[in-house]
Amino acid sequence: MIRRIAAMAVKEFLHLKRDRRTTFLLLGMPAVLLVFYGFALSFDVEHVRLAIVDQDNSRQSREAANAFVRCGFFDLVWQGDNARDVERLLDAGRVQAALVIPPRYGATLAQGREVSLQFVLDGADARMATTVLGYARQIAASVTPVTYAGGRMGPVVAVPRVWYNPNLSSPIFLVPGLVAFIMAISAVVATALAVVREKERGTMEALRATPLRAIELLVGKTIPYFLIGFAAAAGCLVTAWAVFDMPMQGSIIWLAVVTVLFLAGSLGWGVFLSTVADTQQMAFQLGLLSSMLPNMLLSGFIFPISSMPPVLRLITHIVPARYFLAALREIVLKGAGMTVWWPDALGLVVFAAVVLLLAAGRIVRSL
Amino acid sequence: MNPSPTVVIAEDLSRAFGDFVAVDRVSFQVHRGEVFGFLGSNGAGKTTTIRMLCGLLSPSGGRAAVMGQDVAAHPMAVKRHIGYMSQRFSLYRDLTVRENLRFWGGAYGLRGRPLAEREAWAVEIGGLDGLEDSLVRHLPGGFAQRLALGCALLHRPPVVFLDEPTGGVDPEARRRFWDLIEGLSGGGTTVFVTTHYMDEAERCHRVALMHAGRLLAMDSIAGLRGVFGKAVLVEIHCPMAPQALATIARIPGVTETALFGERVHAVLEHSELQERVRKELAAAGFAPAELECIPPSLEDVFIHVIGEADRT
Repeated sequence: MIRRIAAMAVKEFLHLKRDRRTTFLLLGMPAVLLVFYGFALSFDVEHVRLAIVDQDNSRQSREAANAFVRCGFFDLVWQGDNARDVERLLDAGRVQAALVIPPRYGATLAQGREVSLQFVLDGADARMATTVLGYARQIAASVTPVTYAGGRMGPVVAVPRVWYNPNLSSPIFLVPGLVAFIMAISAVVATALAVVREKERGTMEALRATPLRAIELLVGKTIPYFLIGFAAAAGCLVTAWAVFDMPMQGSIIWLAVVTVLFLAGSLGWGVFLSTVADTQQMAFQLGLLSSMLPNMLLSGFIFPISSMPPVLRLITHIVPARYFLAALREIVLKGAGMTVWWPDALGLVVFAAVVLLLAAGRIVRSL
Repeated sequence: MNPSPTVVIAEDLSRAFGDFVAVDRVSFQVHRGEVFGFLGSNGAGKTTTIRMLCGLLSPSGGRAAVMGQDVAAHPMAVKRHIGYMSQRFSLYRDLTVRENLRFWGGAYGLRGRPLAEREAWAVEIGGLDGLEDSLVRHLPGGFAQRLALGCALLHRPPVVFLDEPTGGVDPEARRRFWDLIEGLSGGGTTVFVTTHYMDEAERCHRVALMHAGRLLAMDSIAGLRGVFGKAVLVEIHCPMAPQALATIARIPGVTETALFGERVHAVLEHSELQERVRKELAAAGFAPAELECIPPSLEDVFIHVIGEADRT
């Protein structure tokens, strides 16, 4: 059994050795893609064009305006004292946000009474608007003085504090997702192609006439891709750490363990697809579609699972990237131990087991 | 003790794909050391039969056993005893000769010294000396074919199934390949081979003719030539042979006609009919016609047997 698996694995390595371009793509492409996507997919918002309408022009109003300008997210492009200009500026797209300070702002604050700052925002890009609104709230909170005049409580302000990713920098949040996304695609597509190639060449028929068992074929075939996938994953994580300052809080061993579990499932899925597809082209498309879309949309990579409709939330349970991503974020960003992410690891184990069994069963009947 | 024990047995072996019956109640036995030829056109059911015998496809009716192992019940045991060279190219073109041999040997569970010995043997019989480190894609067709045969024989199987092994190879390489097959047979290996080349079939000890899923005839070459009985096969030389064919076919007592290049082969119910054929041809303007009784070739036998089957 070991001999037959070894023969298979050695042969597969030889194919990879002869096909250097593919090998290089499998090893290097994930890290390269990570760099591209990492920069392109930033959800951070900067250089928001801001107008400030100061109808008060007091010390306090200038302080508030300054706070917005200083924070670094906004570029002050317009200043004035007429609130009616705001509509024109937003309509023309000259500004994306406007801060309107009401008359008698300073005086009202000095009396210890409640006063509002108006923040007008172009909501056409909802995601950007939400982010900017978050910034604005924080800045507003920071300029609201907490006064204890005559023992009276001033306005109570909640000051949010974000843990694990204090700057809410999206690369740090996205990188684990990207690693999962890219790994899944290359692992699934590469294995699916490797098996279908034997069918296309006609060598599968000859293999089936040998005493090589389906499970031996499957294991021998996937060992090289497993090692390559693992090396590519390591490359991705190192790139994430070097280029995007992704912290590495947790144990590298646990990281390796969940990566192995995830890879096993992805490779199994690739083998399963190869039993369905008859041509390399079909295998490629099936592999790409079935790993790209769910991993992009249903893994929590970009859209949080908690805000999905119940049906979709249920579906995410069969997307392995969901578990890998959750575990990866826990381990990498929080340094969490197994007690926190064991359900995710279990999810990966179950997925891998089911898919590998399915693949082995199909390979016996269909190849 | 039986000097030539039965190695392959098929009894009413059948395989249907939906409504299409690819193999229809085929029965035969193949003995040790025999070169058994399976002859038939494409789609006759040869490959389907071989795939069942190799444990690659389960029969939908009847049974078959190879080396005493039932192919449906113990396909794995069957696979350990057989070598199989499929119709399609079964080597890895991006691997070298040696790498291919190592891999196929490993797939049969060989390694170390026994594997090295068999590798050397395969290189020798294939005439592949000095080519061990060439990529298979750079080998001429005949060399690759002999390498594929070597790969299928690494584990010293008592039976080897060759499915149209010489497709697309030049005549010289085909001849060399058949010399190898005869050598194997002499050493006691049973060779089960499908072909649609008549000259190859003539080198088999026994031939089975397959047509539309059914086994129409099975015998030695000499035996098959006897299927004509009292009828005679004549070769007719005359002008405009393709046009004359219809005239000949209309003559009562002519049971079969077939065109071989510029000649017509006709089966006459008895030899006295020759004079009548000559006259009819002259009357129709196809003179002069020369008739000659010839011993039937396998191809004639094949056409005759298929004709008989289609008539009944």
